[in-house]
Parts: sequence; structure tokens; C-alpha cells
Amino acid sequence: MSPSAGGRATSAPIMGRDAEPTLFELSAPGRRAASFRTTGVPEWTPAELVPGEHLRGDPAPIAEVSERDLVAHFTRLSHRQYSVDLGAYPLGSCTMKYNPKLCDDAASLPGLTDVHPAAPAPLTQGWMELLAQLEEALCRITGMHAATLQPPAGAAGELTGLLLMRAWHEEHGNPRRKVVIPDSAHGTNPASVTLGGYETVTVPSDRRGLVDVAALRERLDDDVAGIMLTNPNTLGLFEEDIAEIAAAVHEVGGLLYYDGANLNAILGVTRPGDMGFDIVHMNLHKTFAVPHGGGGPGAGPVAVSERLAPYLPGPRPVVGDDGAYRWETPPKSIGRVHSWHGNALALARAYSYILANGGDGLRRVAEAAVLNANWLRTRLRGIYDLPYDRPAMHEFVASTSTLKKGKGLRALDVAKRLLEEGFHAPTVYFPLIVDEALMIEPTETESLQTLEALGDALERIAGGDAEDARHAPRTTPVRRVDEARAARQLIPTWDARE
Amino acid sequence: MLRFLGMSSLDELFASVPEALRLAAGLDMADGLSEPDTLDAMERLAERNRRAGRELVCFAGGGAYDHEVPATVRRVAFRSEFVTAYTPYQPEVAQGVLQALFEYQTLLCRLTGMEVANASLYDGASACVEAVNLAVAATGRQTVLLSDGVNPNWRQVLETFAAGTGHDYVRCQIANGVTRWPDDAQPAALLVQYPNHVGCLEDLAAARQLADNAGALLLVAFDPVAAGLLHSPGHFGADVVVGEGQPFGTPMSFGGPYLGLFACKRDHVRRVPGRLVGETVDADGRRAYVTTLRTREQDIRREKASSNVCTNQTLIAVACAVQLAWLGTDGLRELALRCARGTRYTRDALLAMDGVDPLSDAPVFREFAVTTPVPGDVVVERMAEEGFLAGVPLGDEYGERGLLISVTERRTRDEIDAFVGAFEKVIR
Repeated sequence: MSPSAGGRATSAPIMGRDAEPTLFELSAPGRRAASFRTTGVPEWTPAELVPGEHLRGDPAPIAEVSERDLVAHFTRLSHRQYSVDLGAYPLGSCTMKYNPKLCDDAASLPGLTDVHPAAPAPLTQGWMELLAQLEEALCRITGMHAATLQPPAGAAGELTGLLLMRAWHEEHGNPRRKVVIPDSAHGTNPASVTLGGYETVTVPSDRRGLVDVAALRERLDDDVAGIMLTNPNTLGLFEEDIAEIAAAVHEVGGLLYYDGANLNAILGVTRPGDMGFDIVHMNLHKTFAVPHGGGGPGAGPVAVSERLAPYLPGPRPVVGDDGAYRWETPPKSIGRVHSWHGNALALARAYSYILANGGDGLRRVAEAAVLNANWLRTRLRGIYDLPYDRPAMHEFVASTSTLKKGKGLRALDVAKRLLEEGFHAPTVYFPLIVDEALMIEPTETESLQTLEALGDALERIAGGDAEDARHAPRTTPVRRVDEARAARQLIPTWDARE
Repeated sequence: MLRFLGMSSLDELFASVPEALRLAAGLDMADGLSEPDTLDAMERLAERNRRAGRELVCFAGGGAYDHEVPATVRRVAFRSEFVTAYTPYQPEVAQGVLQALFEYQTLLCRLTGMEVANASLYDGASACVEAVNLAVAATGRQTVLLSDGVNPNWRQVLETFAAGTGHDYVRCQIANGVTRWPDDAQPAALLVQYPNHVGCLEDLAAARQLADNAGALLLVAFDPVAAGLLHSPGHFGADVVVGEGQPFGTPMSFGGPYLGLFACKRDHVRRVPGRLVGETVDADGRRAYVTTLRTREQDIRREKASSNVCTNQTLIAVACAVQLAWLGTDGLRELALRCARGTRYTRDALLAMDGVDPLSDAPVFREFAVTTPVPGDVVVERMAEEGFLAGVPLGDEYGERGLLISVTERRTRDEIDAFVGAFEKVIR
């Protein structure tokens, strides 16, 4: 597959400006869309089927709409939604790349969708082979030995990894108490550490924006179970001292956990396994083009080094000498982490993406992602602060610190103005260690023309009136929303309205 | 572009990666394929599965069900605006997803009889894990009474995550189809499934009474299809209701992506895991939606967060909302009724055979368990040759090795009659 980036953002997409009533307002008694198969099964009454103490009186109220109303409703809602298919989405750390349509078709094959997850192995050989091959591909990409595909999201992968860490240390005498995390880490890292039964120890970043190795050494002792690192880190910088870090952590018997949020940057360039990592999670919804679905589903497989393979969740698909796949749970398995085999259709999408790209294409993904990020970083030099102005990987962090002091232009206002310009906003106020942060990840799928348009828009915004920017956005389906009111006068459902 | 950066080669982009760590020869993988070649490869894999359908009529359930997914759901919920959007962090351009989630939350509350629902969790198992975490945090107690009637895979997931959180589970066995609770415990919560894994209707009123006596929360894993005919868990006083949302709008898909349903009483709203959408207004006073009570979430609360959920299953929640709206009030009741009728018809016919016995005589709704002269896995193997996926074999914890059989609204009388005929043949 040729990863040629395409498209030029020539104008802001047209989005629905008028409010859409809720389903419950559209509902009218007697309307319905449903139709059922003719079965010929005897038509017993509810009272003949269910004992009285269990039988509800009135049916659960849903909504009463025709198919036509239903389709119009959700179509109109979709017009009030920005998406990658509409335009660029430079959200740092989120890797909002374009998702090839062939992967949609691959994951819609009836031979994949219409398979019961508890069907016996002889009936599901295709799925098991697909999963086993995906495990192997992910191991080759990360330089690891074995993998589990069960974790359904990145955070689930993190927690799985921490439980692997715990099981390993318990087996070796003591689960230990602490896990080290850089101050630039994603919020899921410390939350996962707590759920893994560990305490978070934070290590600061140095002036380069990298882990302060001396400070790390001070924190390492035989009560440290391991360290969680994102590399490149959330500033978009490669942790150049990774070999030294790995040696120091391993010296105290700790394990290295690789948060794969930024794996996109190093595909085919270097591998976590070669850097010394013991446990790696991947976000297939970032690196391997599983679309994000408005918040999910994703998939967060975890790959490990040989010594940790016996602890992986099970069951896993294993091939025998006769070429037949069977399920096998590793001998010291931490247990299941998903109801079934993980977000299988998301796994199938990712596998089709890997097949289409191949080893050569994945390397080009990383090259184009890093090239695009550095082009935009260079374009913005002198316009925004670049607190770590050195060659970045797939993303970089800019700041409006000077613009805020000078004329009161905040990162939030830049984000909202960018929405008016027809782009999605970057990630703002993250990482926490940068004041007024704008974290920008253009991804490999945007063309030079789109990057130019994005750069021009960001320059216009920086040069524009800060007071005016506070009123942005004005051309979007709604204007700035009152988040404080949403929390203060909580309305979590239609029925909770006054 | 390289010139703009003052570089002469793409390799220079990776100067910060130490030479020793670089892959000199690239990845040890095949080169990329064209689109048709990729799809051919995927089709060859898909063909090696025996898919459910006319050639393999599905009577398997146990947490994954062969329900109808109407064209409307496939066409509407999977519009690319929903599929390729990110988490709604910029609400001004995410009203579509936010409103759809608000509607989903409303529908889930109506089904469960709860007041608050989140914007989805991963699956039934993860929803159980989060419900237990909520109960432990709310009560300060570490022990949870866990019914053996809860899906065995979900119980395994609960045990896995307890290694980190330190919770203790007390296994409560089922006898004649319903859970036997110890009456001397002081647990954080009771977790029960309704209908349970062997298809039986648990006595939720008794569970509520026990929870009241112990000062514990009642956590109910419910079947959202059953809610069309059965009382909601809220009717029986559940504090938290969880479940698997796959039956609404998601094909069986070899187990994922599915949908973790999570709803609770409003008292617990500040302990709700994951995202929650609320209604508010925009700067012009117009109705708008936004993710709210964000200070619960991991990106703000970090190591003090009670859940690490970030990515969830939003798209599947949207599909669920579309399917529920497609069913409507009457349609949901009819769906439940059709499942119950098919189940009754199939169960009566199987139990009329010599050697086929019910696992219990407790009332069932849309799934039931039988014991047969040969083990359940052998029945499944032989029935596959006859063109049926006969069910899910039950583990030893349910006594004699049995088979769990599920009948959805898709099964016709002809299919059931043929199923029964083949069953008679293979159990000998």
C-alpha cells in the first residue's frame, strides 16, 4: 500500500448549525422501525412464560420512531461531528491518522463477524490463525517474544502489564511496592499503577525534556518493581539515554514497561525490545489505524520478553505440528483480562493494516510522521514558543506562554480559533510540565498542502486579536460550552431534566 | 520538505535514536500488499471459520448472542463521522457523538431503572470489575460475595484484577439454579447475574434484603434483552447495574468489540468510572452536551483516580442506541418475548427426550442448561457436523457437565425442530 498523504484543507467543513432534537422529543406514540423474522414458534403470552414476580407491567419506555425519523436523526447528529474523514486532526499523543477504508471491509467479512467466541477451535481456525499471526507481527515490530491480544484498550494493556510485573516479582520473592513514572506521563499511567497495587514515584524531566537519569538513580532501589516509559516521550522526544536507563532499572531487579502510545514514530526504525524493555503495550487504534470511534473501541495488546511469556493472560492461540490451532493458557498466567479474546474486529483491522503496509510501508509511516511533525515545528518557530526546540519525532509541543504574557492569548483560545479555521484542535495543557501547552501531531497521512494550511492558520491566530479569540469558535455547531454548569447542575439523562 | 528542515536524507530525522538501537535492515516482515491482495488474504482467513448462519445454526449464548442487526444500525451507526472521530474533548465540534451518548445514557437508565449511566466500558467483565471497585470505595470494605451464577469468564477477569486491588471474593455456589448466599457476611457488595449464567432467574428481592442487612451494595449484571419483559434491576433495589450490551447492534464478532454497560444510583455519581456526558448550554444559551464531572477521570486525578479507563467503546454504545431506538418500546418487549418463546419451545422438546434433564427447575428466560448422556463438549462437536452450534459447554462448577443452550428471536420453528432431531441422534 502506498502511504501517500493526500487532500488539501481548502475550507472549513460544513457542519450542522441547528440543534437536533433528542430521540425522546422525536418520539411519537405508535411509530416503530422494528421488524422480526417469521418463525412459526408458538405464541405463548408473557404470563405463560415468566413467573409473575419477575414480569414487568408496563414495557420499558424506549422511544417510538419510524426508520425514516431514526435515520434522519442520527445522520443530522453525524453532521454535527468533526472526524478524520472530514479533515486534519492534529491531536498530540492521539495519532489521529486517516484510517484506510480497506480495513473497514476486511473487518466486515461475514466469516469474521458471524463467529461465536465460544465456538470450538476446529470451527474457528481462521480467526485463531489471524490472531496468532497478529501476535507474531506485533512481536517482530516491537522486538518482543510473545504477546496477548486480550486487553481492549491502552489503559487495559497498562494494567495487564503491571499485573505481569507483579506476578513476576511475586514469583521472585517479593511483589515490591513502587513504580517509577516520568512527570510527563499520560494520566492513565499513574491510575494504572494504583490499580496494580503499586505506589507512583515520579521522576522529573531534565532541561532537555528527557528523563533526568541522575534523579532516576536516586529513586531506584530494590523496592522498585519497574518503570513505565513512553519513547518517544509525550514531548515528542526520543529518550536518548534509554540504554543507560534500562541498565540502571535492571540492576535493581526492576522491569521496564513501554507505553506504546507513541510507537508510530519508531516503526521499522528501532524496537522497544532492543532498547531493553520487558513489557510493551500497543494502541492499535493509534499506530495501526483502527479508527477511534468517538472514544473507542481500541485495542491494547501487550508483548513481553521471553522470561515474562509464562505469565501472559490466556487462553492464547497456539499452532500444533499438524498445523491446527488450539487454545492454551500459559503455565503461570495472571488470568483472563477480557470476556473473550479481546476486541477481535479491531484486531482484524490492525492485521489488515499491517498486511497492506508490510515492513517497508510501516517504516515509511514513521518517516512521514516524523517528517511532517518536524516540518510543522520548524514552520512555527518564532511564532509560538518551542520550549524543547530540538529535532522531534512524530509530535512536538509548542506553547503560547509568550503570547499569553504579551497579549493574553491562551492555548485554549488558539484551540478554539483553530476549530473556526476548519481544523481539529491540538491537545492542550498536556503534558502538564509545559505552560500553555499545544501538543501537535500531524500524523503521516496529511499532505504538505494541509500542513501549509495548518501552519498558515496557526500563524494567523498567533498574529490575531487575543480578545477576539476568546469569543471563538463562532462557526461551529455550538459555541463554547458551559462546563461548570454541566458539573454543577448535573443532567446525565433526558429524564433528569427539570 | 527535507530541504526546509536543512536535512539531506530521511535518516537524519532519526538522529536522536542512538546508532546502536537502529534497525539496520528494517523490520523482518514481508513487504506491503495492494488492497485487493490484502482483502484476498483476509478472505482466505475468514473462509477458514465456520460462520453462524444457515450452515451452522446458532444456539450458543453464554454472553454472546446471535441477534438480528438491522440494516439501519449498520448504515447509520457506522457513518464515518462516528467511526473516525476522536474522544469528544472539543465539544464545539463533537455534538454528534456527545448527543448520541447522552441518548444512550438515557436509554440505559430506562432499561436498568437507574439514574446515571456512563458512556460505556469495554465489556461485561470490565463493567463487573468497575462495579466492584465502586462498591469497595463506597463501603471501605474489601470482601465481595460473588455468585457462581455470574458468567465464568467474567469471574476470571474479576479474580485477575483483584491481584492488584487486593479485593477478596467469596464464592457463592448455586443450588437448583439460584445463588445460595451466606447470611453471616459483612461484604462490600453482592454481585449477582440476572438471569444468571445457567439461564435461571435469581431472587433479587432476597439478595436486596441480604444486602440491606449487611450494609452492602447490590450489584446486578443484567441481560438488556431480558429487560423487555422482566422487571428492571432497579425495581428490586440494585445500587449498580452492569451488563454486556452486545445483543443490541453488535454481531458476535468472535467476542469483540462488545459493550460494557454501567449504570447506578445517583448517590454514586462521583465514583462512576469512565466518561459521563451531561447537558448544558453554550455561550449563546443554546442546548449543548459535554463530558462532565471530569475531575473523576484519570487524566486529571492521575494516581488518585479510582479507574484508569480512557478509551472506551463509544461507537458500540452509539450502535446500541440506534438499535434500541429501532426496536422502540414495543419492539423491545416483542424481542424479549420472541426469545422467551423460542427458549420454551426448544426446552420443552429437549426435555421430552430420555436422558436429557434440566440442570435445575428454576424459571428460565432465554437460555437454559441441560445434562445429557454424553458430555456437553461432545454434543457440540457432533452437532457441528449436523449443521448446528449447539451451545456452550458448562464447567464443573455447575455440577454434572452440562450444556447451555440459547434461543434468540432469529430461530424459526423449522430450525428448532431440526435441531431437536439432530440432538436426539447425537446424545446416544
